[in-house]
Amino acid sequence: MSYKITEEGNVATVFLDGEIDMDVTEKAKEVILPLVEAGKEVHLNLKDVSYMDSSGISVLIESHQKALESNTKVVVKEVSKSVLKVIMMAKLEQILNLE
Amino acid sequence: MDISESKDFLVHSGSLKEVRTFSREVFEKLKLDNDLKDELVLAIAEAAQNIVKHGYKGVENTKDHMQIKISMNGNQLEIGFFDKGKPVVAENIQHRKLDDIKPGGLGTFFIKQIMDDAVFKKDQQQWVNHLILTKKI
Repeated sequence: MSYKITEEGNVATVFLDGEIDMDVTEKAKEVILPLVEAGKEVHLNLKDVSYMDSSGISVLIESHQKALESNTKVVVKEVSKSVLKVIMMAKLEQILNLE
Repeated sequence: MDISESKDFLVHSGSLKEVRTFSREVFEKLKLDNDLKDELVLAIAEAAQNIVKHGYKGVENTKDHMQIKISMNGNQLEIGFFDKGKPVVAENIQHRKLDDIKPGGLGTFFIKQIMDDAVFKKDQQQWVNHLILTKKI
């Protein structure tokens, strides 16, 4: 997994790339959670994420919940078809902010 | 097309990508459609992850290997997982309730959603756990 971050005002966009599994979840959390905890509105762009398993879904849930605690939000954008299927299998499409 | 292929993997999170690659290669040979292939790869990766995460919980840098065997006989797909981790008590395995939104606890749910059956067998001398996932294709 690789990533790129752009920031504009209070919005930080994290572009994730590759496959998100148990092996990279700590790295993903290290990238995303500090932005959330700093009160940024975080946009996770997943268009280049080709695979995500339950560990990746956990990162999305934890980010979402931390955002609620920090009075901000995480928006999940441009989800690839394969990742959307996993999100829907977990019945999270109504919980996560998908755009 | 009948097929039976197996491969050993180091019990480590870094092996999960290799597990997926192996699975995809086998399913390519079986010419499964892409959606089904993605689901099966996810189920296999989740089961392998459970071995790394739970079977070897608290064990750092093990040299142990797990074995994954994918077999297709007629229209019956069988995927075997063999490991030497902590003995699994099948009755204790349960996924979290979906409306209890929190990180974790979804891997087993995904496996149950994708596969027809998941059974632990005590039929191995050289391994501790033997999980068999099956699905009619």
